[in-house]
Amino acid sequence: MTSSEAATLIRERFRAEPVVDGRAVTVAVGRDRWQELGAFARERLGCLYFNWLSAIDWKEQGLEVVGRVENLGTRLVLIMRTKLGAETHCPTLVGVWKGADWMERECFDMFGITFDGHPDLRRILLAQDWVGHPLRKDWVDTGYTPYR
Amino acid sequence: MTLPPLAQAAIAAFIVLNAVILMVAYVTLLERKFAARMQSRIGPYYVGWPHGWLQPIADALKLMLKEDVVPAAADRWVYNLAPIAFLVPCVLIFATIPFAPGLGVADLNIGILFFLAVSALEIVGLFMGGWGSNNKYALISAMRAVNQIISYDLPFIFTALVPVVLAGSMQLSEIVSAQTGLFGWFVFRAWGLGVLALLAYLVATIAAENRVPFDILEAESELVAGFRVEYSGMKFALIQLGEYAHILGTSFLGALLFLGGWLGPGPAWLGPIWFLLKAIFVFLLITWVRWSFVRIRVDQILAISWKLLLPLSIVLLMAAAFAVAWSGGARV
Amino acid sequence: MDTEARKVVEMGWGGNERLVMNMGPQHPSAHGVFRAILTLEGETVVAVDAVIGYLHRCHEKLGETLTYVQYPTIASKTDYVAAMTSELAYVLAVEHLGKFEVPKRAQYLRVIAAELQRIASHCLWLGTWCLDIGGALGGGATIFLYAIREREDVLDLFEALTGARLLYGFHQVGGTRYDVPAGWDKQVRETIDRIERRLDEYEAMLEDNAFFLVRTQGVGVISPELAQEVGISGPLIRGSGIDFDLRRWAPYSSYEDFDFRVPVETAGDCYARYRVRMVEFRESITIVRQALDGLPEGPISSRPGVKSVGQVRVPKGEGYARVEGARGEVGCCIVADGSPKPYRMKWRGASFSNLAILPHILPGCKIADVVAIMGSIDPVFGEVDR
Repeated sequence: MTSSEAATLIRERFRAEPVVDGRAVTVAVGRDRWQELGAFARERLGCLYFNWLSAIDWKEQGLEVVGRVENLGTRLVLIMRTKLGAETHCPTLVGVWKGADWMERECFDMFGITFDGHPDLRRILLAQDWVGHPLRKDWVDTGYTPYR
Repeated sequence: MTLPPLAQAAIAAFIVLNAVILMVAYVTLLERKFAARMQSRIGPYYVGWPHGWLQPIADALKLMLKEDVVPAAADRWVYNLAPIAFLVPCVLIFATIPFAPGLGVADLNIGILFFLAVSALEIVGLFMGGWGSNNKYALISAMRAVNQIISYDLPFIFTALVPVVLAGSMQLSEIVSAQTGLFGWFVFRAWGLGVLALLAYLVATIAAENRVPFDILEAESELVAGFRVEYSGMKFALIQLGEYAHILGTSFLGALLFLGGWLGPGPAWLGPIWFLLKAIFVFLLITWVRWSFVRIRVDQILAISWKLLLPLSIVLLMAAAFAVAWSGGARV
Repeated sequence: MDTEARKVVEMGWGGNERLVMNMGPQHPSAHGVFRAILTLEGETVVAVDAVIGYLHRCHEKLGETLTYVQYPTIASKTDYVAAMTSELAYVLAVEHLGKFEVPKRAQYLRVIAAELQRIASHCLWLGTWCLDIGGALGGGATIFLYAIREREDVLDLFEALTGARLLYGFHQVGGTRYDVPAGWDKQVRETIDRIERRLDEYEAMLEDNAFFLVRTQGVGVISPELAQEVGISGPLIRGSGIDFDLRRWAPYSSYEDFDFRVPVETAGDCYARYRVRMVEFRESITIVRQALDGLPEGPISSRPGVKSVGQVRVPKGEGYARVEGARGEVGCCIVADGSPKPYRMKWRGASFSNLAILPHILPGCKIADVVAIMGSIDPVFGEVDR
């Protein structure tokens, strides 16, 4: 499947305008269709390979979750994006790809995005008693206080 | 003036004990040098000129001066007694080994039986150490130890009995004197049964001594240091001493059973030297295996013992018995 | 944890006496600082909770506070065992965003550095993995010392090239920072010839050893489906029968000029991963030879020397660059806002994704297999925790 065919399929199904760049297709959907997009990418586009998932803090416009999945057979790359707006909740993709588990935990850790339906949403890189989410743009570093 | 027999035995035991401890110290140096050569390095070099020959002394001194840490949650009695319970049988096995005709503590008429029985007792101290440390690594290691040592003591005993059958005696000096003559050593005799028995003996020894590739109870990549993970200082030194003494003891036994003990060319006073060289040869065989194999898993170790080594050693023993019976008690 | 344990009970690992054993973060085979909370049923692992993050150094946050000129030297600290590849991923992302040209000579130098780095990194993997399955007081240590000897030789080459032995700062946006010193190519050829000869010895020592085979064959099997779903890459996914090598899949830095084989094994066990890496050793050696033979003349950078830290600016946009590191796909995603610093930077660490496979394959293994599988995954915790 070429990237333009994939773009056509996505356009039909999601009424979203995908951006095609070489083999990569970028598509932005609403939060409510996030899981549907994941299942569609896996079933219809054959994107079995889960590459990574992360988020971007666009300050006033809120958080955006970005995921990258691939079809290793046809070399199709699908970049999925969803803007959360004022919310910090996002549906989980763990049911679609197992690899989303740790990636979503990292995202929760760094951005405070709660992935609804994630089986084990704990901090992964930072300590369990850490306060705040450092990769948010409104994060203020508290400075270094040495242990006494 | 002659001393009473008890005092004579005590003096002999004292000499043998100290000789064993000294030998153990230098056997560790030998192993380190040997391993270093295998790994393209030099090994201990700086303590004592030339080639670090004072290194074992320095190690022993260091271990004696180390702080003795007892874990707060340890079962103190069991924990503190374990190194001693481990060391005693390991050194006791030397009691019955004759180093030359008439040179030894006690040349019992059931010498080999004594050796095998005492040698199997080390498991008690080992399990005490693993249990008393109150540490999960140590506990798992102790469990593995019981599994493994019981599994491998059987083939060890059966292969050690092959020379007994061939010689027709359980007295170790009798076994040696049955090996006189050109190619008289048991390793060359009985139509290849001897060499097979020696190989099986070596495998069983390696396993019973917990050396790589069978060192699952030490297994530092899984269990850190196994049953001795909580020991430090002098107690650690005692465990280490016991372990090497046991290896040395079984090397001596192997040399005695299969390689003709003190028999060798030259005058009679060269006998103990021949014996020592043969024991060191067996020891280096074990060391050679140790430094070139990877460790195998616990279930595989048990499978090797029960499915391969134990049947093989029983067959060997039976074959040796048949050979002796068929030749009507003559030399085979 | 509890849900996982329940799942394991459903798998048939019943019983009622369990032991929870903590492996790490200080453990001889933790490969850095990894903590695995194992639930044991006798010797069998029934559940595992992997705890990471002990080496977290906020690389993504650091990337937002350092400029495009400053960060490449820091990038090498993510995967400190194969520092060249993470630097390369970062500068490739910036070059992709800013549409910077890279001279052919610089591209070839990058290939040489990357492949030598792969050799060095695989040397360390071979040594530490054998240490895991063989014991520090056994045959494993022998292989370890041999492999470290080879790695030292490669590090000597890097020292001659960059002056550093671990973290290089070799790449910069637009090219490389250093050109090859006089006589370096001869030194490289001698070293790789020697390593190639010695590889035969190691293969003979390991593959002719029945104990090595029983420890690795059929242990830690990763199915191709699971491999894709979790997103593992590099030798792991190629050991599971999927031909996914970015040097072939999406060539960067002139990899299309070189003729090399991508090893693929279908078994998916520790032994398959070992075979893949052993072939990669040799393929890296042939690539280095080809690159040295065809090394073009010319400048090594399209940009002049650094005058100020804010010198490199890229237009607004997003760029993702991915390179095939020693452990798999090392990716760097940069969101730029036109300033000299990235607005957001995302590291896709190969080890992070590779390590995520552990909870899926460990239940049902023996304790001894845990370390064998860990070693065959070859995680570097600088890259896992970033």
